[in-house]
Amino acid sequence: MKNDNQAKNPRLSDYQAGRTNHEYLADLKAINPADADKFLSVGVDASEDFRAGTFIVKDQSVLHSKTKQKGVDIMSITQAKDKFDLSSYLWKGVDPGKDEYTSWAHEQPAEGYFIRSQPGQIIQAPVQSCLYIEKEQFAQNVHNLVIAEEGSHLSIINGCATSPHLISGLHVGITEFYVKKGAVLSFTMIHDWGKEVNVRPRTVGYVEEGGVLISNYISLRPVGSLQMSPTTHLRGKGAVARFNSILVADKGSTLDVGSNVILEAPETKAEIISRAITFGGDILAKGKLVGLVPEVKAHLECKGLILKDGLMLAIPELEAHVPGVEMSHEAAVGKIDNREIEYLMARGLTEEEAVSTIVRGFLNVDIEGLPSGLKQRLDKVISETEKDMF
Amino acid sequence: MLLIEDLGVQVGGKPILKNVNMEIPDGETHVLFGPNGSGKTTLMMTIMGFTGYTVTHGKITFKGHDVTFMPINERAELGIGVLFQRPPTIHGLKTRTLVEICRKNPNTDIDALAEDLSFKNFLERDVNENLSGGEIKRSELLQLQAQEPDLLLLDEPESGVDLENMAVVGDAINRLLHRGIPKNPTCSLPSKREKKSCLVITHTGYILDYITADRGQVLYDGVLRCSQNAREILKWIREYGYAECVGCPQ
Repeated sequence: MKNDNQAKNPRLSDYQAGRTNHEYLADLKAINPADADKFLSVGVDASEDFRAGTFIVKDQSVLHSKTKQKGVDIMSITQAKDKFDLSSYLWKGVDPGKDEYTSWAHEQPAEGYFIRSQPGQIIQAPVQSCLYIEKEQFAQNVHNLVIAEEGSHLSIINGCATSPHLISGLHVGITEFYVKKGAVLSFTMIHDWGKEVNVRPRTVGYVEEGGVLISNYISLRPVGSLQMSPTTHLRGKGAVARFNSILVADKGSTLDVGSNVILEAPETKAEIISRAITFGGDILAKGKLVGLVPEVKAHLECKGLILKDGLMLAIPELEAHVPGVEMSHEAAVGKIDNREIEYLMARGLTEEEAVSTIVRGFLNVDIEGLPSGLKQRLDKVISETEKDMF
Repeated sequence: MLLIEDLGVQVGGKPILKNVNMEIPDGETHVLFGPNGSGKTTLMMTIMGFTGYTVTHGKITFKGHDVTFMPINERAELGIGVLFQRPPTIHGLKTRTLVEICRKNPNTDIDALAEDLSFKNFLERDVNENLSGGEIKRSELLQLQAQEPDLLLLDEPESGVDLENMAVVGDAINRLLHRGIPKNPTCSLPSKREKKSCLVITHTGYILDYITADRGQVLYDGVLRCSQNAREILKWIREYGYAECVGCPQ
């Protein structure tokens, strides 16, 4: 890839779009086992154990939608638009003219989820959602809206995947987060796309006074190209945003992933942490913090490892508009320190075991709000991915 | 246990060790003195097989095996263990996990070992992350206690350690070497367990207040100059400095 600081862009005309007619599944247990296995690889469990609800879109059809716990609304965005007045939420944060994919998404019919925790409700189990592409060369267009009402706690696992046989596809996803006063929203997104799938999520979030938005993003499997740069506005006093990304790129994958946080109110805090490993692919790890008022704190950390060939480009940006902001960044890109390998070898590990242990440690960012079952699953995926790294 | 014959070592193309001969018999502790830059750490790193230390001539034999060009992990498996002076931080790897990986006996009680070293609160921390000098030494000793090597290479075990921690470090080294008097002895006799072998590198000699040594040697300008009682060498160095060791035959 040329070092032009952005992912290669697929042509929309190369894909089919429109409605699909997958049959709705009232009982998730009736799901095709191959699909269920793929869902599980991105944290979506068809058994629905310890889940507050489930929402699945297959291509452009809603496959399943269920709420298991009081205090949380889960439904398709189409249903939600019929049921509620969402005019003050939809397309308020995302500019339809931002780029050709966002414009396309604005013009085309979209499906997606509406997930809302009601005021004061503490939703213990996570809600799970899956955005799945089965149809070859299909362009999926989803629009999601998440609202954590005042004082509520909500956790979402959002898995995105393609069927095992699929080679090429396009996913465009518009997602808008609204975290109201004192609410906590934890959103974990796991991607497992195909080798020639192009992915263009467009995400914006707003966090009110005392609210917390935790966003975790994990992409360990091959993908054609991914370009995303979610923007979060910390609008109320003491609002907090934390972004963690774990990225692995093999040969042929291009990951252009950034996070932007705009600190607009006093005492707001933001943290962006990115860990990236390439063994042949291109990774652009970007992060931008913008301090608009005094008394804000923000830190950005981008760390990258090149195990084989590939490109690792870390672009941290700090932008302060007033005095009195406390903002910092740390970026490091390179290979594994030989001292670390030999230190572990002196404890009896072979060179291969030592490298593998270091890589696993590097990716082992303590992700807040990750269910333990999902953590074990991710450890397994990391181990499987490691086999291709060396 | 360890036999070094006519060893020459270069670092970055520059000769650092010249014709070093050394023998550490089973169960003996030797102390290697020398000023900064004399080649002490080079010798230790070469014994363990780290890259960047090129053996130009000579031979290192451990337990009868020629280990001169053996990979580091195979030397560790044979029974050589190192206490590093400035070990690297391994992010994302918990100290407990590393101790689990390197323990020789799967039944070794890691918590009990850590308790003895006052290190239990650090087990869930990443390896060597934000540790003080004394904490680093205790972390290293914990790993070595789990590893149970037959030959210990201790690189400046007293560096960066305060007096209070020094006693803990000294006790732990004695336990590792099966030397000294245990905390709650059931018998007044010294331990009858077979002693381990050890090479201690020091330039201050403070460690001798806590451990006993069978022999001392001085490395000066890449050459072993002296081989005597360790405490006598230390007195001599304190009185006259290292330069006086130059004339002393090995």
